[in-house]
Amino acid sequence: MLKEWFPNVIPEDLWIATQETLYMTSIAVIGTLILGIILGLLLFLTDRGNLWENRVIYGITAIVVNVFRAIPFIILILLLFPFTDFLLGTIRGWKAALPALIIGAAPFYARLVEIGLKEVDKGVIEAAKSMGARTHTIIMKVLLPESMPALISGITVTAIALIGYTAMAGVIGAGGLGNLAYLQGFQRRDFDVVLACTILIIIIVFILQVIGDLLTKAIDKR
Amino acid sequence: MIQIKNLKKVFETKKQKVQAVDDVSLEIEQGEIFGVIGYSGAGKSTFIRLINRLEEPTSGSIEIHDKDITKMSASELRLKRQKIGMIFQHFNLLWSRTVFDNIAFPLEIAGAPKAKIKEKVKELIHLVGLSGKESNYPSQLSGGQKQRVGIARALANDPEVLLCDEATSALDPETTDDILDLLVSINKKLGLTIILITHEMHVIQKICHRVAVMENGKVVETGEVLDVFVRPQSKTTKRFVQQLNPLEHEQDKLKEFINQHDDSEVIKLHFIGNNAKRALISEIAKNFEVEVNILQGSIAPTQEGSYGTLYIQLNGNSNVLTDTIHYIQKAGVEVEVLKHA
Repeated sequence: MLKEWFPNVIPEDLWIATQETLYMTSIAVIGTLILGIILGLLLFLTDRGNLWENRVIYGITAIVVNVFRAIPFIILILLLFPFTDFLLGTIRGWKAALPALIIGAAPFYARLVEIGLKEVDKGVIEAAKSMGARTHTIIMKVLLPESMPALISGITVTAIALIGYTAMAGVIGAGGLGNLAYLQGFQRRDFDVVLACTILIIIIVFILQVIGDLLTKAIDKR
Repeated sequence: MIQIKNLKKVFETKKQKVQAVDDVSLEIEQGEIFGVIGYSGAGKSTFIRLINRLEEPTSGSIEIHDKDITKMSASELRLKRQKIGMIFQHFNLLWSRTVFDNIAFPLEIAGAPKAKIKEKVKELIHLVGLSGKESNYPSQLSGGQKQRVGIARALANDPEVLLCDEATSALDPETTDDILDLLVSINKKLGLTIILITHEMHVIQKICHRVAVMENGKVVETGEVLDVFVRPQSKTTKRFVQQLNPLEHEQDKLKEFINQHDDSEVIKLHFIGNNAKRALISEIAKNFEVEVNILQGSIAPTQEGSYGTLYIQLNGNSNVLTDTIHYIQKAGVEVEVLKHA
């Protein structure tokens, strides 16, 4: 039946492309998670009235985050070609897409992290201070655990956006399902390949959303 | 002992300066329960936050066991804070941690070994009466139970002093009494100094030994709870004392009643401490040729003994009435004559 509906799809190619998309997405999600949390914490902590209140650092971080959020992803990839080349020695393949993916998604996630941290009860932070906690302890044992549901639902949204980005990166040579859909599907006018790639991407997105929702629900004891 | 000298806090915004705490000096004895009462905006909340420097004082000193908190470096202060427990109006528990882990938190901060944490937390859970709730999350607890967790958490590092920031203001009256009883028992069992702020006179009356009344950042009155109750000096204090005996608001009605009886004397008796337990009225009735008519009365138990007021009307020969009043005064009961015969 698969042969009837998708006559031009080569299962091996589809499988390789799916793997590439999954690799790209997972490593980009991990990178985004780390960079986004660092940037989000920096935005939160240096903001007015907070633990590391510092107008200069807050201002710089906010500008960087806003600028990178404003650049359309497809242009960001092009802008980052020299940087990627310097970093990895190549601008082709799924690995070459990672710098652009992380730099594109982390600022977006950083804002979500900042919003999540702002939701943490000020009284709880004050209580930790009154117990003699260091800022490091407040970050690791109060801010991050208390904002965990927001951090998880935020990374779920970001991961889904990242899958979209990988498809775009695929079109200009990064491999993955986007690449397959564009080269073997669109350019050869074999639209069954485009459809197969679309269905796979939708399935990945659905699975991600379900995992994210379950995790958020399991962790939220409020 | 805690010595607070000339403590000031000024909040400065671009437009104005607000003197939240204005030259407050207090001495708080080891092992006492010291209450600070005031209406909202009186500066009491800022005051209690200055004691552990959650707010930085503008000037003045706070000495806890002869060590000035205001001169400590950040790292010295962190260590000292481990010895200053604090509980809050809204409990401020971590929702992401169980009861056990919430109480363990200050011990983790202090770097206690795992085995010691386990032992100490168990002991505290027992002390505050939460046995069996170890693995519950705060969202599964009632307000009173949450405050018990807050108290256990505040006691984890064996503090020298416990600060209570409106600790019962979010609780219903019955739960308030339970929590207050718990604080008294901890005060007695551990000899722990407690400083609490509140806007409810009931709290002061029930558990405090001494009280300071705050208004506009200043302490307008301070002293033993009983003294302040019996002889409130400032207008604010009088209003707080009236909270406990709302009937006194209605003295006008009482006066109407008094005027109808021309040949009698109406007096207000202040019973203080052990006198409040004495059967004075029946003594009078037996020993003197007077008729006693009780108009109104109330009694309020405090930590240092009870305090009661009683309005009575005495009918009788004027000489006898004078003797009766002398007798009452001799018994150590204060007499205020509201209407002469």
